[in-house]
Amino acid sequence: MGSSIEDKLFLDRYVVDETSHLKIIDGAVCFRDCEAQPCLHICPANVYRLEQNRISVNYEGCLECGSCRIGCPHLNIEWRFPTGGYGIRHKFG
Amino acid sequence: MKERYDVVIVGAGPAGISAACVLADNGIKAVVLERGEYPGAKNISGGVLYGHDLARIVPDFAEKKCPIERNIVESRIWYLSETGGYSVAYRDKAFESERRSNVFTVGRAKFDRWFAEQASQKGAMVVCATVVTDLLRDDKGRVIGVRTDRPDGDLRAKVVLLADGINSPLAVKTGFRTEPSPAHVALAVKEVIELPEEVIDQRFNTSPGDGVSIEILGSITSGMNGVAAIYTNRKSLSFCIGANLADFSAKKIKPYEMLERFKTHPMAAPLIQGGKPMEYMAHWLAEGGYDNIPRLYGDGYLIAGDSAMLFNALHREGSNLAMVSGAFAAETIVEAFRKKDFSRLSLKAYEARLKNSFIFEDLRKYRRFNPFLQNHPELFTTLPDAMSFAAREMLTVDGASKKNKQKRIWRNLRKKHSFLTLLRLAWDTYRSV
Repeated sequence: MGSSIEDKLFLDRYVVDETSHLKIIDGAVCFRDCEAQPCLHICPANVYRLEQNRISVNYEGCLECGSCRIGCPHLNIEWRFPTGGYGIRHKFG
Repeated sequence: MKERYDVVIVGAGPAGISAACVLADNGIKAVVLERGEYPGAKNISGGVLYGHDLARIVPDFAEKKCPIERNIVESRIWYLSETGGYSVAYRDKAFESERRSNVFTVGRAKFDRWFAEQASQKGAMVVCATVVTDLLRDDKGRVIGVRTDRPDGDLRAKVVLLADGINSPLAVKTGFRTEPSPAHVALAVKEVIELPEEVIDQRFNTSPGDGVSIEILGSITSGMNGVAAIYTNRKSLSFCIGANLADFSAKKIKPYEMLERFKTHPMAAPLIQGGKPMEYMAHWLAEGGYDNIPRLYGDGYLIAGDSAMLFNALHREGSNLAMVSGAFAAETIVEAFRKKDFSRLSLKAYEARLKNSFIFEDLRKYRRFNPFLQNHPELFTTLPDAMSFAAREMLTVDGASKKNKQKRIWRNLRKKHSFLTLLRLAWDTYRSV
């Protein structure tokens, strides 16, 4: 019954906003100053993914826990709640 | 939003709704602002709720069709190694009869919605799909209302109650709470797995409507300071697992991969065989304990529930602390309206209420519990296997004398644990719980 993170996020319901509620403030910091890049590991929704020379922010699947905001060693993530009514919508909770 | 309210409550969770109910009962005009599309849309807990504290707010909750999943009649604790584990269980007929509904499971999307309806029926206003982005203050710094993300969305009030949960950018922005450090929160993920009701009854040996809770420690959290749990719902099981966020960072372990490993553990896998995952969620748990509770009141505002970091990690109590602290906050606000004084001095009575209750007493009692787990990584790394080795040896009949087996067990234990480590573990356990 093993399921990947894609399978898991597919179970959830979202009302996706057009603009992201998450933003990497300065993309250069991630490669110049951040060796650990914990956002790639700690995010339970795999929002942050390593691309060629940047980290992409797949905010659509965000579970709104806040871990990336406080877990980024350079506090380089701008984080707000999605606009009222948007984002994840729990069915069972 | 042109209406005027006496009180603005941020967040329609157990703390905010409890406060709204108490205020409405006392004829105070309150509005609850909820960022989700409906109350509960953003909310999650392991799934256990407590009847005694709910009855403070809604005494006849069972008659009012509170969406209870299952009444917990048996509580288990597991201590797991890679291949097996210990299980301690307690079941009592009392939990099926006179203490029924003292501890039960809920799905928070359903429960919070029901709870908010009770508040509405009492006369409170609940407004959804509205994010509070800032607080309004007068020139003396007193809180006089909130700013929301709606157009023309300023709302004035005599008192603002922050009940917006542990992840509160608002509390940080307004300086009411510092941002928690990764070491002071646990990141937990939860998967709800659907199974037929009768299959759950068979697997847990329960009658329809009755259920089991399992709290789990050991190597299941991949050597990190963490905990897992399994709760029975009517037609599903909740699989929860979490660990200290700083540990996740250090070990580079992905939460969802840890959850998948948990689901394959030989003690857990048979319970969900044939089940169908239906939802996946994530949330923080406050791990700072008593010593990280922020200041809970000021001129024109109060903080309750998870926002106030009120969480008893050892006894997995959070939603009840939220309900009771929300009610205490509301009682304090009722008094403030009688005195027409919304200053810090007037609202200080809230803290006194908390101090004189089980909330502060319990949190003080267990203030050493989280440091204890941090200071004893062997609980999650080497000890589970050594303990399993011991049980396996004693339960295998192979011609070796029991005395020889005991020697083997002790030698194996001492390979990775100095005598001093074991002594400290015993002493610290005694002191912290």
